[in-house]
This record gives sequence, C-alpha cells and structure tokens, in this order.
Amino acid sequence: MNAVAAPQAGLRSIPALLARNATQMGNRPAYREKEFGIWQGWTWAETQDEIRALALGFLALGLNRGDHVAIVGRNRPAHYWAMVAAQMCGAVPVPLYQDAVASEMAYVLAHSRARFVVCGDQEQVDKIIEAEEGDDTVEQIIYTDKRGMRKYDHSRMNWLADVQAEGRAAHQRFTDELDVRIAELDYDSTCVMLYTSGTTGKPKGVVLSNRNVIETARATSQFDGLKASEEVLAYLPMAWVGDFIFSVGQAYWTGFCVNCPEGAHTMMTDLREIGPTYFFAPPRVFEGQLTSVMIRMEDASRLKKFLFDHYMKLARRVGVALTDGKPVGALDRLRYGLGNLLVFGPLKNTLGYSRIRVGYTAGEAIGPEIFDFYRSLGINLKQLYGQTEATVFITQQPDGEVRADTVGVPSPGVEVRIAENGEVFYRSPGTFVEYYQNPESTASTKDAEGWVATGDAGFFEEATGHLRIIDRAKDVGRMADGSMFAPKYVENKLKFYPNILEAVVLGDGREYCTAFINIDLNAVGNWAERNNIAYASYQELAGHPRVYEMIRSHIEEVNASVAQDAMLSGCQIHRFLVLHKELDADDGEMTRTRKVKRGVISEKFADLIEGLYDGSDSVYTETEVTYEDGRKGALKATVRIEDARIVATPAQRMAAE
Amino acid sequence: MMPQTQQAATGAEPYITPDGRKIGGVLMDLRNITLRFGGVTAIKDISFDIREGEIRAIIGPNGAGKSSMMNVMSGFYVPQEGEVWFRGERRPQMRPYKVARLGLARTFQNIALFDGMSVLDNIMTGRLTMVKSSLLEQALWWGRAEAEENRHREQVEKIIDFLEIQNIRKTPVGRLPYGLKKRVELARALAAEPKLLMLDEPMAGMNVEEKEDMSRFILDVNDEFGTTIALIEHDMGVVMDLSDRVVVMDYGRKIGDGTPDEVRNNQEVIDAYLGVAHD
Repeated sequence: MNAVAAPQAGLRSIPALLARNATQMGNRPAYREKEFGIWQGWTWAETQDEIRALALGFLALGLNRGDHVAIVGRNRPAHYWAMVAAQMCGAVPVPLYQDAVASEMAYVLAHSRARFVVCGDQEQVDKIIEAEEGDDTVEQIIYTDKRGMRKYDHSRMNWLADVQAEGRAAHQRFTDELDVRIAELDYDSTCVMLYTSGTTGKPKGVVLSNRNVIETARATSQFDGLKASEEVLAYLPMAWVGDFIFSVGQAYWTGFCVNCPEGAHTMMTDLREIGPTYFFAPPRVFEGQLTSVMIRMEDASRLKKFLFDHYMKLARRVGVALTDGKPVGALDRLRYGLGNLLVFGPLKNTLGYSRIRVGYTAGEAIGPEIFDFYRSLGINLKQLYGQTEATVFITQQPDGEVRADTVGVPSPGVEVRIAENGEVFYRSPGTFVEYYQNPESTASTKDAEGWVATGDAGFFEEATGHLRIIDRAKDVGRMADGSMFAPKYVENKLKFYPNILEAVVLGDGREYCTAFINIDLNAVGNWAERNNIAYASYQELAGHPRVYEMIRSHIEEVNASVAQDAMLSGCQIHRFLVLHKELDADDGEMTRTRKVKRGVISEKFADLIEGLYDGSDSVYTETEVTYEDGRKGALKATVRIEDARIVATPAQRMAAE
Repeated sequence: MMPQTQQAATGAEPYITPDGRKIGGVLMDLRNITLRFGGVTAIKDISFDIREGEIRAIIGPNGAGKSSMMNVMSGFYVPQEGEVWFRGERRPQMRPYKVARLGLARTFQNIALFDGMSVLDNIMTGRLTMVKSSLLEQALWWGRAEAEENRHREQVEKIIDFLEIQNIRKTPVGRLPYGLKKRVELARALAAEPKLLMLDEPMAGMNVEEKEDMSRFILDVNDEFGTTIALIEHDMGVVMDLSDRVVVMDYGRKIGDGTPDEVRNNQEVIDAYLGVAHD
C-alpha cells in the first residue's frame, strides 16, 4: 500500500499494458476519432499494430534511449500513439500545450532538449521552427496533418503516416531491437514528463515513473470500479496530467475506449454523440454548459419554460438526495420519474450526459448551485483534488459522500497531513520522481521522507474526514486592520454568476477590498441582445452603464453573503471596475489552465489598481495585447470605477445597536 | 520573370513559380470580348488568358465591368463580339449547367445559398452535376443511388475538413454569420471539383481576421488541389498578395495586365485608382 508496491504480473510499463490489452481484448475498441464526419475506430490489436509501426519508424529515424520526444497537437489517436511509441523506444514523451505561443515553446524545447517533435499540423510546425530561433536543435519533426506542408524543407521532416510506413518496411531490421527496448522498461523508468503550467516562474518538468502512473491508475480505477466498457472523451490538453492519467494511464490499465473529437469547436456535438460513461471536466465547462442551457431556456416557449422551471424546482428539492441514494418520499419519487421523462432525460441527452456513471470536476472551486444542478439531474458528479506532482490524485469523493465545499477523502494509497500553518502535505505511490534538471526545486517541494507540499491551505472536517481547501497558502493574507484576506473565496462566489467570467479581488495589506471583473461575453452579450442594448465591441459592452449596474447588484449580493462569515467579512468589495479586455493566457495574465496570475495582473494594471484606491471615477489606460499569431498591439480605454454597497456584519450590527 | 501575354495564343510555356507551384498552359482564353446592354457597352474589346494553376485577379474601380466579365467567363452572358476558349476549344453558347459540367464553378458577390438547408446539404448541391443515378433511383434509394451518395458525401466531407467548418455541418445556412456563409459558398463551389474556380469578391464585407482566413483557404485550394482561380477583389492588399497575374479594368476597357508589381507601377492604373488631374 505504499511506495514499494510491486508490479502485477509483469505489467511494468504502458507498452506492457498495451501488449496485454491487445492479446486479452484485441477486438474491443481502444480509440475512436471523428474524421470526415464519421467515427473511425481502432481495436486494441489494431492500436498495437499502429503504435509498433510508429515505434519502428522512430528507430529508423534514429531515436535513442532517454531522448525526449515532444508532442504538440490536439487530442488525436496518433498523438497518443506517438507517446506510447516513444516509450517503446526507451524515450520519454513530453506533451506540450498546443496553444502555447512560440516563446513559451522555446523555453520547454530548450529545457527538455527534445530531439524529436511530433506536431499536429502546419501551425505547430511553424511554431517549433520559430521557437528554435534558427539553430536546428530539433533533429526530426513529424507532423500528423499533411495540409500545407508540401513546401517545407523535408530534410528533417516527415509525415507521421510515412514514418509508420517506413517502420513497417523496416520491420525485419528493427523488430528485435524494439522488443529489447520494450523489455528493458521497468517500474522505475520514466513514463512521461509533464510541464506544470506554473502560476509563478518558469514551467517545471515533472518526471513521472511507470510506478507513479500505473499504481495511480490501478488504485483509482478500483476506487470508482472502472471497467473496459467505459467510454471517455479526450478533449482536455494532452500536456495536462489529468488527460494523461485518464486517457493513457486508466485507459491502458482497464482497457477502455478513448474517443477523440473532430476538433475543439465540435467538442459539444461529439460529446453528445459519444455519451461518455466516465467524464472529467474543469468547472468552467460545466459553468459554460449551464449558462448556455439557461440562455436557451430564456428563448424557449412558455410551456417549455414552465416545465423546466417546475421540474428544476423539484430536482433542487429531491434530486441530489436521489442521486446519493438517500430516502425520498414515494410521491416525490413519482414526480421525479415524470420529470425525468419530460425534462431531465432530454436535458441530459442534449448535454451528452445520459450515460455518465462517474464524473469528476477539479482544478478550481465549483459553484454549489452549478454542482447541485448537475447532481440533481442524477449525474454522479464528484470532486477531486490533485496536482501534477501527485499524478493527479490526492483526495477524491467516494460515491454517496459528495459535497460542493469539500474535495473528499484521501485517494487509495495516499497519506495526507496538515502542517502547522494549514498547508496540505501528501505522500503516495504517485508522488513524482523529480523536477527535470532542477534538484533545488525538487528538494524544496519533496522532503526526504517523500512528503510533498501542495502550497494549498486547508483542513480536515472532523465529522466526515473530508478535506476542505481554503485558498493558495501564499495568497491568504491580512488586511490593514488585521482581518483575514482570502481572495479566492470571494472570487469564487463572484464567478458563480454566469455574467462574471473572471474576478480578481485585491486588498492584501489595504484598507478595504476591491475587484476587477471580467464579463462573460456569451452571457452578457445575450442579455444585451434581449434588452436591446447595442454594442460594437467587447470593450464597449464591458463599459456599458447597465452592465455596471448589473455587476454591481451581483457584487452587493456577494457582499451580503460574505458578511455572514464573521472571519472573512472584511473581504467585502467596496469598489470595482469591469475590465476592458478579457484576461488571457496569451498576454500572460493567466496560466494555460486559466488560473489568474496575480503578480502579473497587479503589475500590468497598476494604474487601475491605483484608481481603485485613490477614489477616482475613471482611469485612462493603455494595455498591451498579444494577438493569436503572436503580434502585439495596444488597447486604449477609459475604465470607469464604481462603488458597491457594504453590508454590516452581524457583530458590527450588534455593536451599533 | 513572367512572360507578358497580352494577346495570348495557346501553348504558352509552363513554368514554376518562386514558391514552387507549377503554372501550365492556357486554360481559358478570352479573345476580343465586347459586351453590350442595349446602348451601354459594359466590356470593350478585352482579351486576356488564364493559365492552368495560377491565381488570376480582375480588379478595377466600381462599374468597371468586372462582374460582367465574370458572367461572360461563366457563360451567363453571351458577348456580342469575341470568343471564349476553354481547355483548347472554342466554347459555343451553352446553358449554365453545361458550363458547370465543363469544370467551372463560382461564388457570388451577394451570397447565393439555400438559407433553409443545412451547410452539408448546400455543399452537396455542388455535386449535383456529377450525379448519375436517376430521379427514380434516388427517390427509392435503390441501385446506384446509395453508393453514389456515399461517394459524394465523402468528397464533401473532405472539403468540410479542408475549410474547417465541421462544427456547422448540420446548421441551417440562414443562421450563420456572413463570413461563414462565404466559406460555405466556397465549399459548394469546390464540391464541383472545378478546373477553374471563379470567386466574385470573396472578401467583401469581411473583417481582417476573416480576410486572412479566406486568403489562406484560397492559397491552400490552389496549392493542394491545383485549382486555377480567377477572382475579383476590391482589397488591393489581398490582390497583390494572392495573385500571380492581375487584369485591371476601367470603364469596360482593359488598362493593365501583368504581375502585381507591373500593375502597381502602371501609370494608367494609378490614374484610374487615384484619379487624374484634368488640364
């Protein structure tokens, strides 16, 4: 049950799991990809054939043991195959974020010294060439999509299918060598290297061993009773540890099928067509879906709207209890059954959630209303808490013990302890090996006994044994009057409003709290349309007086709710502004996983922050923006600042009386 | 670098462009075309040719006769004088569907799609000229009909993939924004697998990003499928970047013909665009 668990029956590596799946369930589907409007499928046997061909092709191109193979592209079977093929050759796959700009790419390419890069398409190839800055550090570029690639210098470039064809042709020459290399892989060889998105500083390469990945996959598959018949949709970035565990680790361990959408913009349609049984999504996906449901219900006919409102009210009352298997009266059960027929069933079908057995959300706090909305429909949505360094899982919620405000109990095999200052530490078979070429960071994160600091502050609930996370340990601060400042707590409350996409609360060491608000263009744009508010741009809509009015009402509601909590009542928002641009990873304001970078924001918008605290009504500002193709431009705007009403805390009210 | 083909005869020498595309012989040759509407002469004695594999632009101020020229090329207008040669043969007067079968497809200045039909169905109509099965077979879904539909659908899906419109495959065209409609129209024209693709102001009314996308698609179509493209466009930047050769029209006359650089430096063209002082 701890760090020295032995592998089961020689299953020491992902290629070994692949071989097992190909023999034991060769005819079961392993991958599906929608292309040309049709779902194309590969069985495990076919998958093994494809991956071996690619691995042989890699050998023909001269891939060595220990080399790094970077993979940049959207979720496609070929890209997953490239990762496993690299492992077969004794090399280490390094998936990278495909929407990273060339300068970010340059850092990780140089740091990992990747000799081979597998690119999804021409766009990624261009980025790699730009990132190399003229000196050809990458020796081989392999691309999946041929389009537009004809004119490139192919002296060190190949189409992935050609590499496979070459591998098949060279099969006599390299089969023995490949089998030797596969046999060499053991539980401690590196399985994958993943770069953390890094809210602070440069990204770090987290090295995960086969032990980390396979032990975690085994334990967590058991936890949720995952079977070979599960269907997952692979749509989250391949560079993210979660996708690696779900779409490679657990998929190879249990042998379930990984479905790849046609493209990012067809994800919702593909989700509906596949109807996954096991699903993971960050809160923003659920929020986005709920927002679009609500928008569509606004436009629905009266009868439909009545049915929806009526049965959602019922679902709010008894739905969650039913999902958790708690006792519910017979009449309510009957009503719920009818609701299922009329509203919940069709709604789940539209969302693509008809077949979900296990669903997880993590990464950010999810709004209780949003969480309960899905659960009341009968979707077994749960929360987990994890990080790259833990091979995802630290804690997760068992079936029937699900709540919006906790992150669950320690995952199987994971030990968790809370330090004096409230920081959460863990130790598990999934604990990462090291940060690549960064012994100092490794040492400061993981101690000699294997305990890893998460950087999050939290506590265990005594009654239930569930872990609750408050905020990043370093973000929790003090206000000028000494009261506690937990920005994320307030931001999350704000973000639960569909109209608010992002919020940044400021106030550490200050007299009072203020906030930057980012409107959700989808929701607010629709609201504007329905209220006949004309606007020409995001900036104009963001600055509209009626939008300010609406946001102010949201903030005042949040203030009222924050005031309930005596400890955090100092975090009420006194003044706010609606930002003239959307916070964007391309401008460095957020990480690629959409976490706000506070340092960057307080520097970049220093003039706005000053305005929030010096009492001015508006501030003129110029902001640098980066376009999708990497060019830079400036955005000029006069941003208005408004006050919000503050609610007296119960204690203050008593004092006043 | 480029041979001047003012009075083009057939059989100009093939050559390779600097970016590696092969330009072949003359695909369409327009000889001394004059088109009149009653007393108005829309086109006055214009001759030029379009060579296989090239991107040929027709530019000119408003009312210069560009769209009329395109209608002559497509066979919709029959010129009073002059000859249209296509693929080495003089083209007789013919019905538009016959022209389409010859390998010509076009898009329109004002989008002409079926608003109530899905994107997919709209694009499928582009393949109508290639349908071999009879109406009865199709109605009964019998015989050749199914196999044929599958084959056409496959081609259409390739085009959908190519133009990156998978997400709107099933969306009724009427619900799409303008830029996407233009793309669907291009997809429909491509579905006919034309030898010569004629684009009438493919970028009118688009924003910069949409223009960049459309430019990329035009270049990719030319590059990947080897389709010859004739286009009318107002945006000079786009024309100069995209095309191999440019014809400039003004008041129904041809005032310039050559590479973008040659045209740019042609005094008559400059006068037509910027105006000229009358003494």
